[in-house]
Amino acid sequence: MLLKIFKKNREGIRRINDSILYALSLIGIIIGLLSLVVLLYDSFSDGLPWLSFQFLTSFPSRFPEQAGLLAALAGRVLVIGLTALISFPLGIGAALYLEEYAPKNWLTSFIQLNISNLAGVPSIVYGILGLGLFVRALELGRSILAGALTMTLLILPVIIIASREAIRSVPNAYREGAYALGASQWQVTRKIVLSQAFPGMLTGTILSLSRAIGESAPMIAIAALVYVRFVPSGPLDRFTVLPIQIFNWMSLPQDEFRGLAAAGIIVLLAVILGMNSIAIYIRNRYQKRMK
Amino acid sequence: MDSILKTRNKRNRVKEWIIERLLFLSAIISIFTTIAILFVLLNEAFDFFQQVSPIDFFTGLKWTPLFQPQHFGILPLVWGTILVTIIALAIAVPFGLGSAIFLSEYAPDRLRRTIKPILEILAGIPTVVYGYFALTFVTPLLQNFFPEMIVFNALSAGLVMGVMIIPMISSLSEDAMLAVPQSFREGAYALGARKHEVILRVVLPSALSGIVSSFILAISRAIGETMIVSVAAGSTPNLTLNPLESIQTMTGYITQISLGDVSYGSLEYTTIFSVGLTLFLMTLIVNLIGQYIAKRYWRRY
Repeated sequence: MLLKIFKKNREGIRRINDSILYALSLIGIIIGLLSLVVLLYDSFSDGLPWLSFQFLTSFPSRFPEQAGLLAALAGRVLVIGLTALISFPLGIGAALYLEEYAPKNWLTSFIQLNISNLAGVPSIVYGILGLGLFVRALELGRSILAGALTMTLLILPVIIIASREAIRSVPNAYREGAYALGASQWQVTRKIVLSQAFPGMLTGTILSLSRAIGESAPMIAIAALVYVRFVPSGPLDRFTVLPIQIFNWMSLPQDEFRGLAAAGIIVLLAVILGMNSIAIYIRNRYQKRMK
Repeated sequence: MDSILKTRNKRNRVKEWIIERLLFLSAIISIFTTIAILFVLLNEAFDFFQQVSPIDFFTGLKWTPLFQPQHFGILPLVWGTILVTIIALAIAVPFGLGSAIFLSEYAPDRLRRTIKPILEILAGIPTVVYGYFALTFVTPLLQNFFPEMIVFNALSAGLVMGVMIIPMISSLSEDAMLAVPQSFREGAYALGARKHEVILRVVLPSALSGIVSSFILAISRAIGETMIVSVAAGSTPNLTLNPLESIQTMTGYITQISLGDVSYGSLEYTTIFSVGLTLFLMTLIVNLIGQYIAKRYWRRY
């Protein structure tokens, strides 16, 4: 009799435990989703009143009503554009070498170990590297070029990892077919592997560039906090970028500048969302073609 | 005819050789990057350690490089980093794991495919935005509960950093749990196990290596995170257990110095390299532990 009650209770406890775990896991996912909503609401409610055409086309100013982020926007576009030009070919080259050419030896595995370790180095360390190497040692100064080279080193591991995945998805039969027709290794790599894997590589690169747009820490080390009242015209000009401008406004005590910071955040998020949509569009088009 | 083919063949071979070298060069940049990081950090840190003894640096309890009397003990900065990391993990580990369990074990396929991209958006938001969120939303909210709390404090920075890391733990742990074969679950159900028993005693132990390495990646991410702490945690190096106080992390210090245009070669300039070196070594050790665990305990089912 006692045993029966005990058994029944045990079943009850097990059933309760079942619901507890379900509830806990549900809370986990809700916390994540809820914070996204609150975070977006917080930025948009503060920033929308400050968002205007004038805000996008003005230079920073001591007066919040006249301040804008033209210089920061232009600086961001120039640095990221230059970064893309440098990092895309390098990333593809490294990925092609590792997947198509590299012999299986200690050097190859050392390169791979290196790439995965570099992907885990904090971005501020890349900033210090850029400061010591490009700004000081190579005497590029606090320029757009120094910023772009630093960003290149930062995102290169990510581009390589994404590009290698794209290369791996090319079926081996394609390569063998081309070799059977007498193609050389480079012909196979360029005409078969590269052309098949290119959309995947492009998607990976755009996604990593869109992450790079939001990177503030390494840019602070390179660009420092400056009052830029011009649109940079060459790769050796000084510059500032969107996240630094936002950070700068945020650290000012007046509420008006907080509003400007929030408006800057909206612009930043819009740019990132735009780039991600382009990446997803390319991916979808490519997937349709494959079918 | 024969000779034309031969020269063309030779030219092609040279071309193939050059291209292979070029591709090799772009691959080897990663090694140069690592060497450059080590060289730059060690080189400037060496200048620093000629003026400050490494023993004082690694064991000193005071960090006041910017005003007299100068002290160069890095422990307050290291502690600040650890404190914020602990708070962040206290948020990110339970909620991240919970959302991974929900996505992999409970959610129907369609719901999972809607939620995953939303979590990816959360992971893609720039950290400066999280900093704004901490400063303008979380801190005022917490001040309702802790009226004595000051504006810049370790707690809100840590909490928001935890929210930032949730998607990372969630997606990596979910991948590990999805890799556990369905037959394991079915076997447990056949023995009369309930769902929570299947999850806690079969799925989680089988996916443990992937889950633990996601935690370790999260630690490394939290140690290196810069903008949230620069915005919200303050700039007072502080050996305190109280998360309501203002603190400074290693990354926060580097940002603070970098914002001002410090003159090249000055002692302040070299401090960011010695702090950077410490930061680099800490994350490197954490990453290596993570890779070791992933490799040592990884099982393909």
